[in-house]
Amino acid sequence: MSDAVPALFLDVRGVTKRFGDNVVLAGANLEVPRGKVITVLGRSGTGKSVFLKCLAGIVRPDEGMICFDGRQLDADDPKARAEFRRRCSFLFQSNALFDSLTALENVSLPLEQTTDLSAVEVRERSMEALKQLELEAHAERYPSQLSGGMQKRLALARAIVTRPELVLFDEPTAGLDPLRRNAVFEMIVKYQRQFGFTAVIVTHDVAEVLVISDVVALLDGGVMRFAGTPESFAASTDPMVCDFRDSAAALNLSISNLRQNGVSSSLQS
Amino acid sequence: MVRTVGFYTLSLVRGLGDFALFTAESFRSVIGSRKLAHRVMRAAFEQGVRCLPVILIVGVFTGLVLGLQGYHVLNRFGSESLLGALVSLSLVRELGPVLAALMLVGQAGSALAAELGIQRNSEQIAALETMGVSSHGYLVTPRLLAALVVYPMQTALFVSIGLFGGWLSGSILLGLEPGVYWSSVERAVEPDDVMECFIKAAVFGLLTVALCCYYGFNAHRCKSATGARAVSASTTRAVVLSCVVVLAADYAITSFLM
Repeated sequence: MSDAVPALFLDVRGVTKRFGDNVVLAGANLEVPRGKVITVLGRSGTGKSVFLKCLAGIVRPDEGMICFDGRQLDADDPKARAEFRRRCSFLFQSNALFDSLTALENVSLPLEQTTDLSAVEVRERSMEALKQLELEAHAERYPSQLSGGMQKRLALARAIVTRPELVLFDEPTAGLDPLRRNAVFEMIVKYQRQFGFTAVIVTHDVAEVLVISDVVALLDGGVMRFAGTPESFAASTDPMVCDFRDSAAALNLSISNLRQNGVSSSLQS
Repeated sequence: MVRTVGFYTLSLVRGLGDFALFTAESFRSVIGSRKLAHRVMRAAFEQGVRCLPVILIVGVFTGLVLGLQGYHVLNRFGSESLLGALVSLSLVRELGPVLAALMLVGQAGSALAAELGIQRNSEQIAALETMGVSSHGYLVTPRLLAALVVYPMQTALFVSIGLFGGWLSGSILLGLEPGVYWSSVERAVEPDDVMECFIKAAVFGLLTVALCCYYGFNAHRCKSATGARAVSASTTRAVVLSCVVVLAADYAITSFLM
């Protein structure tokens, strides 16, 4: 058996997921290189979160193959899945913080339950993670006592405390204002550089994505319509990519038309 | 007609199988579960200490009513001296385990189902899975283990308080000699009766906590509703079904041990 490190950290091939008659993913592919930031864009309801949950093992795909670090993740191979979970973290759109636990207990939980660290070490590592996210002063507070931005940082602290090699972010900036959105993306990139993990981010924020990503993918109709560098995404002439990328310009044009011609004529057109 | 009967039969069998697998997985998760003792203690506190007032209140009133009714019925036959036996055997064999379990279902079981349902809705259970933490081991196993200890303890307390209630109405209010009451209790209750009481309490605890956990844990699979309504529907179903199961299991255990 070769000891060579696989070129692709995560290799997703033909992932299909149906909910009844609704085909959400229809053979989605994605190649995730090690140590990079990969962003999956797509309109609401196109199955981005389902795709990410398939990667995390929360949702079981009907068809397709997911290889993590050269090893196929199979539902019948719990060891491979356990190994994946040990090396991977998931940041939920809703943060999924334990509301009956304090901030410190939330961050400590994965260390307490999945490692052999002593109670002192767990506390030290958890406090360190909270400090990195500037939350050490709020260690004894409950999530409901924190602001939305703080909760997001707390969720990130919990995601990175185990020092994962892969972090999956499900719409990390959903519902945040532009300044907080930038702060979250900055935070992700900062810790990605610091800890060197591979990040897969699902989001709608096109402008920010082009700045922070190494690879941009566009999910539409259950398949990846595009995957490439931010530069190639910016230069792409694919109508689907253009629609998504230039949505702000299209809105601008539409509003200008409304203002110039009046609402009725614009609607008629 | 046949199709409908078949559909419901299959649903029932599938549901029972799913519940059995859920419970088995929860017990299997004892192996490798970390800080289990701490979480069992916490669950025991939630099920035990918080339910203490209701157990005490219902227990004393059950004893009072038993003493009152029993005294007047036995008085017709001149057998008031058997009041202690009537109260104690009623409590130890039937009313103690059943009523204590019903009170615990109403207080702790409903809270348990609702809490797990909310945790499912807010993706906290999914978060545990992504961390590599067994959600069964973390959330269900401690509660099942705690129930095996708490239910018999609460039942013992219920019976003790009930006996006290019987003494209160029989001796203090109606004038039966306290010595007659307590010696009748002492003569009537055999070790087998106490064993039956504890077996029933442990089985009721296991069944009701497993059911409440099952419905809360699977609130997202509720077919009749989604979101907060699914939590509400799951909690209601958990409590109603637990009460029915307590009575059915009581009959089954009684006929087996008789």
